[in-house]
Amino acid sequence: MVANIGFGTLLITLIVALYGIAAAVYGQRSQHEQWINSARQAMALMFPLLTVPVLSLLYLLVTHQYQVAYVSEVTSRSMPFYLKLTALWGGQSGSLLFWSWLLAAFATAITLRDWGRDREFLPWVIIVILVTLVFFLFVNVFFENPFSRYWQTSTGIVQAFARPEGAVPFVPRDGQGLNPLLRHPGMIIHPPMLYLGFVSFIIPYAFAIAALVTGRTDDRWIRLTRRWTLWAWLFLSLGLILGARWAYDVLGWGGYWGWDPVEISAFMPWLTGTAFLHSVMIQEKKDMFKRWNLVLIILTFDLVVFGTFLTRSGVLSSVHAFAQSAIGPLFFVFIALTLSVSLGLLLSRWKDLESKNELHSLFSREALFLLNNLLFLGIFVTTLWGILFPLISEIVTGQKVTVGPPFYERATGPLFAGLLLLMGIAPLIAWTYSSLKKWGRAVWKPLVFSMLTFPALYIAGITRWQGVLSFWLVGFVFAVTVYEFWRGAAARIKAHGENVFTAFYSLVKNNRRRYGGYIVHIGVIFMALGVIGIEMYQVETQGTIPEGGSLSLKEYSITYKDLVSFDTHDGRNVTRAIVGVTRSGEELAEIYPRRDYFYDANQPMTIPGVKSTLAGDLYVILVDWREISEEGATFKIYYNPLVNWLWIGGWVFIAGILVAAWPENELDRVQKVSSPLKKRNR
Amino acid sequence: MKNHIHLGVRVFLVLLVLVILYPSPGFAQEPTPPDDEVNAIAKQLYCPVCENTPLDACRTSACEQWRGLIREKLQQGWTEEEIKGYFVEEYGDRVLAEPPKRGFNWLVYLVPPLAFLAGAYALYRGFTKWRISRSPSRPDSRKVPEDEVGIEKEYISRVEKELENR
Repeated sequence: MVANIGFGTLLITLIVALYGIAAAVYGQRSQHEQWINSARQAMALMFPLLTVPVLSLLYLLVTHQYQVAYVSEVTSRSMPFYLKLTALWGGQSGSLLFWSWLLAAFATAITLRDWGRDREFLPWVIIVILVTLVFFLFVNVFFENPFSRYWQTSTGIVQAFARPEGAVPFVPRDGQGLNPLLRHPGMIIHPPMLYLGFVSFIIPYAFAIAALVTGRTDDRWIRLTRRWTLWAWLFLSLGLILGARWAYDVLGWGGYWGWDPVEISAFMPWLTGTAFLHSVMIQEKKDMFKRWNLVLIILTFDLVVFGTFLTRSGVLSSVHAFAQSAIGPLFFVFIALTLSVSLGLLLSRWKDLESKNELHSLFSREALFLLNNLLFLGIFVTTLWGILFPLISEIVTGQKVTVGPPFYERATGPLFAGLLLLMGIAPLIAWTYSSLKKWGRAVWKPLVFSMLTFPALYIAGITRWQGVLSFWLVGFVFAVTVYEFWRGAAARIKAHGENVFTAFYSLVKNNRRRYGGYIVHIGVIFMALGVIGIEMYQVETQGTIPEGGSLSLKEYSITYKDLVSFDTHDGRNVTRAIVGVTRSGEELAEIYPRRDYFYDANQPMTIPGVKSTLAGDLYVILVDWREISEEGATFKIYYNPLVNWLWIGGWVFIAGILVAAWPENELDRVQKVSSPLKKRNR
Repeated sequence: MKNHIHLGVRVFLVLLVLVILYPSPGFAQEPTPPDDEVNAIAKQLYCPVCENTPLDACRTSACEQWRGLIREKLQQGWTEEEIKGYFVEEYGDRVLAEPPKRGFNWLVYLVPPLAFLAGAYALYRGFTKWRISRSPSRPDSRKVPEDEVGIEKEYISRVEKELENR
């Protein structure tokens, strides 16, 4: 019954969406305003309509309706309630439905804005968004139906939505349960954030296409979608950071990022999106790089779909490919179509998109922004090539190869360092004109200040040149960013006689985009600290110790105190070691590395015990143990220096985006209106 | 004749003792190599089943066996390269973290830097083109303050302007 309601509404949503496209096309061609309005209303209906199948599926999930195949695949009776809810995106068809639902939320929201001056964009924005939505709904309705059920026929159990001839419903006694890797609180929020980031990049893309079609190729589309883009970037960044945290907490290999193809597929749209975010500033300020910005947003959109395709089609097998199915060719066709249509449109407007301004100096800030784009794109091309090469190799030579972390680290490391350096220099450089001499004058103070890192590094015993260079770079960029804040605040103190705190506050408040951006930069600096620490200075050891025995790593030592094994009410068998941690002989903490065995999924999971400080994490994994303990248990210990800064940096990063993207409140608007008056009074 | 056999047996026994006392690397039973040595090699290998998980971190029983095999080979005195070579021979190039640098595989290493250089070159070309087309009327005479105080003033007015024009 509920499954019927869910599937029925899904079908209706698809039909309404198709109608919306048709109405928008017709309204646009015949210039009939009422048809465009009708299309707009159709799009406004997307979110409320799709909410019905989502609620239906949630209801089925929490009420153990195991006749529905999806419910049976991703839940089991023993799972706690919240995991039954998150199982909505724990499998193939559910996650696609969830994807569509989030896109529908943006579709509906965009119809509610005031379209007054941008009326001509409206039909095209509707068409782009609805075409994308129709594609995903189509996949859900015809290929990956989340409401499909089990039926007992004379030949066996089949899976279908409608009852086959002479079949009776088949209801399994219990479900198979969610993939244990997904049974983690981090999974409540990581996928939704990632998906939100994915779908919200469709909004600026839709406006870009609308601008191309209508020929309004000025920076209007960019200004209109500036906030949307920032929010998209916020969600995607948060999704990536949470994913890294989840990997660190759950996967038990001592790291946070394994250059897994599916991680990369979420990272690629972030790279092009970040390049886009930077280069649109040039278009707004200088009316340059118009074509380039369109290329970037088109690329970002198709990488979003490509990312979903990679994750969902099973083309790449990796730890993330929980569900695989035959929807690959569909996605492939969709990507090829959208990419060629978008690029075709871009070419047709190529002449109109000529820059009014030109680059005057290699030393100007615009030139550095171009360099920034080159580096981001360089990383993007490297990662794309890295995940495609094994497939190409398999096709061409028949030989399967692995392209693993060493490749990516070596190829992208220098590019990341280059980006970091740019982050340090660009904010100090003037727009339009500059010279080496002016550079020197702008940079020397932070540069001198950053020299303080050298003695600090020497004292800390860091002498390898890569390490010294990386840490110095971090110190330099930090000095520049703080200097920028300081200069801005000092200017206000001088001009307005404000005290330090009000000066800082009003500085950030009055130019949130710029200073939000600098806060993001500080976040990146902190994250870089964590990355350098773990990538260059991680150490590890493994050993088997008897109860009471110890294992040492650097100045740390762990003592194996006890091991307990017990069943939990949510269907796990937990084997938990009690481990004491000492540092230079001094008692520091007690940690509990453990192994969870999931009965329903027949799969173990390794959860590390971690003693975390700002200086570094002692990360202990229970590798193995003997039942009758004479030999004891095997532990693997990692020391991950500075890794906490990765998470701290992540939060600062997000805070910075929030500062830049938060909607203006009434007070701001009043001030903005009154500011010309103020100027006159002065 | 009898003496002869006796001598033969004695020689054999002496040889046997020698073999036991002077173990050659091929037959020796050295102490079990520590986990860290095993992991150092396992880190660089990927089993064909658990894709994208390095062997040292993988918890499946298949990977457990592979690690056991590495330990055995180490015990027999094999070098790191020999062990890696053994796995490549048995399971193909995919067990390595990176494709070996030969033939078609060179592409994986060459394409990213070449693409980057091509991008940099295109940028440079575009840039010089801009400059040439622009140079006759280059308004370089724009007044730019050169002294410290001037720069400071310019900066303050820039901040102020940005805050107001926002």
